[in-house]
Amino acid sequence: MATQTQKQFFQQLKKYYSVYTGGFIGFVILLAIAEQMGLTPKYIGYAFLFATISLYAVIGIMSRTADVSEYYVAGRRVPAFFNGMATGADWMSAASFIGMAGGLYIQGYDGLAFIMGWTGGYVLVALFLAPYLRKFGQFTIPDFLGERYGGNIVRSVGVFAAILCSFTYVVAQIYGVGIITARFTGIEFGIGVFVGLGGILVCSFLGGMRAVTWTQVAQYVILIIAYLLPVVWLSIQITNFPIPQLSYGYALQKVTEREKQINADPKELEVRAIFKQRADDVDAKLKALDKDGAAYLATERASIEKKLSDLKSAKTPDDKAIAANQKALDSFPKDTANAGVAWRKDKGANLARAAPVRAHAEAFPGKDDAAKNTARLNFLALVFCLMVGTAALPHILMRYYTTPSVREARESVGWSLFFIFLLYFTAPALAVLVKFDVYTHLVGLNFADLPKWVASWAAVDPTLVSIKDLNGDGIVQLAEIVLGQDIIVLATPEIAGLPYVISGLVAAGGLAAALSTADGLLLTIANALSHDVYYKMLDPHASTQRRLTVAKVLLLIVAVIAASVAAQKPADILFLVSAAFSFAAAAFFPALVLGIFWKRANKWGAILGMSAGLGITFYYMAMTQPWLRSLFSVTSPIADNMWFGINPISAGVFGVPLGFAVIVTVSLFTAAPDKKVQELIEHVRYPHLKGTAARAN
Amino acid sequence: MQLTERHREYWRKNVRLTAILLAIWFVVTYVVGFNARELNTITVFGFPLGFYMGAQGALIIYVVMIFYYAHYMNKLDIEYGVAEEDK
Repeated sequence: MATQTQKQFFQQLKKYYSVYTGGFIGFVILLAIAEQMGLTPKYIGYAFLFATISLYAVIGIMSRTADVSEYYVAGRRVPAFFNGMATGADWMSAASFIGMAGGLYIQGYDGLAFIMGWTGGYVLVALFLAPYLRKFGQFTIPDFLGERYGGNIVRSVGVFAAILCSFTYVVAQIYGVGIITARFTGIEFGIGVFVGLGGILVCSFLGGMRAVTWTQVAQYVILIIAYLLPVVWLSIQITNFPIPQLSYGYALQKVTEREKQINADPKELEVRAIFKQRADDVDAKLKALDKDGAAYLATERASIEKKLSDLKSAKTPDDKAIAANQKALDSFPKDTANAGVAWRKDKGANLARAAPVRAHAEAFPGKDDAAKNTARLNFLALVFCLMVGTAALPHILMRYYTTPSVREARESVGWSLFFIFLLYFTAPALAVLVKFDVYTHLVGLNFADLPKWVASWAAVDPTLVSIKDLNGDGIVQLAEIVLGQDIIVLATPEIAGLPYVISGLVAAGGLAAALSTADGLLLTIANALSHDVYYKMLDPHASTQRRLTVAKVLLLIVAVIAASVAAQKPADILFLVSAAFSFAAAAFFPALVLGIFWKRANKWGAILGMSAGLGITFYYMAMTQPWLRSLFSVTSPIADNMWFGINPISAGVFGVPLGFAVIVTVSLFTAAPDKKVQELIEHVRYPHLKGTAARAN
Repeated sequence: MQLTERHREYWRKNVRLTAILLAIWFVVTYVVGFNARELNTITVFGFPLGFYMGAQGALIIYVVMIFYYAHYMNKLDIEYGVAEEDK
């Protein structure tokens, strides 16, 4: 077989993926026809689940490899355009796909921090990292740190940070896969997790980066079709225009008008007063608890027990009331500390529902100027951490090792952001369109006429949607509706009146988003261990075959550990995922950027700078984040530990500047790096230096 | 190998463009973000401007900036004789 030129390769890929996309659309149409002929939703769910996973498996098996460079960096011949798609799928996780539009629905303008943060970071990737890392041309991010700063300590710090950021993230993806399969097929969550594990391993186990790359491209195609199709349909229905991103300004204006009407509606005020009353009741309990402590708790408990026994001994036992009281008794806090936490949370939840509706487009709301300024500062700090974190997450940076040239690496960042942008500029539109539908159609409806999706999703998971007639007027008020974050994307096909097959498509899209991200992350962790720890530090003379065996075994082990953690349903995983951005930002960004742009940066600067950045980020979180505080038994009041009122999720805003400062200071006080390192820096700065080798030709 | 003056000039041009684009990135993200409340009083295509910038405007500028950088640098490589040879 003659060797293919890069151009022929690109043409061939274009052909394959066009056929593939057409085939996928054909598959959806076939299922739609089958649905009309009576295929039930459950089997549509199964069909999507198994068809897509087998598809990924086929690509994974076709891409199996025994070549080190193919395994770690896909042979460095992924064209810019396709690397952009793969990066898009690598980047967009279950949270982006399923949760983001819901976050925007709930938070309005403030949710845009994620939209800006998760896109603007690519500007930093393009300007400071991608072309230079590509020129460096090794296999992992700790690799670059190790070569540039010299010695195994820097490499080890890099490995540690890479695993810290990636592991929690991969657990969250596998968790997401479990949830999606459970919701759409009725398979139990724990089994769903292991179905997901299988789906991840079929892509990455045999072919490493090469297989992951080509499945990620396939996954991108599915996820973007699945995301855009329902939104376009919804847009046609609401605005009579098929490009939601252009037309939702109109819907936003209507939403803003409705917000004002709803806030003045006496029926809404009635419902909100109920929640205010509940908050006051809880507050009274809290006050009594403060005063009498354990004695008050005991009397409260006794009164519930008495009521329960009264109910049970009544002539005609009221089963509903008994069940409610039993539940209250079962969940009754066991000591004063627990009671304080639970009741304060309860009070907060009731107060939140007693509050008037916030204007969707309003930036940084707050009760006074100080609160507004803190909200603004937190918004900007979060944007900063998400951006710098994006530009420092190893599983993303690693993708730019796979392009054929520096030139294509630069273009590839543009394509990456373009493909991500397609989803991210749609999410705010979706949030507004759904809000429009809820505010104008759902609110004011008779309870008897509730749309079908409300009942069907509430049956799947009551945290997704719950609507209760609290003031008993038989009409839905906005304050009576609770929507979970994920419902916005999940229910869009039904709100738009599309057949169930589109819901199945959305599930397949969410699955593709979660699997593709999990693959990239898993490979990052396993490669850091197999390449940086095993090959570079433990056994530099290992044979190719041995290196690949070790890499695959480690991949398997890490995947199984991650799936077992996910199967435990760890409650605080969401916080850890967002914390990963602050950690990545503080650990990697200063050392990587200074390593390229400042020749004087040296080993000790990097070691201490990375550790200091990580250290302060971690310290700040441990002092201010409730779950970490309880883990480290920090008892001082949160308010005293806050700096400028910054939330723990944005702790990287302290870590990044400190990292830069420490690297600069320590480097200046210690010896400059040697000539070899200086030459390495020059090497990465120029795509092609015509040195001695070129002259010999 | 010893860098020539031309090599240094290439790098200076690269750093200058990087700085300019970074400044635009900063303005679009943080200056606009900081003033979002005030910008929201202006309406563009039916959107409050502050909201529009966060939801769409900034993103479009980011994409354009990255492609511009790639285009400019790829040309600069050829101009200064540091472009990669075609494989």
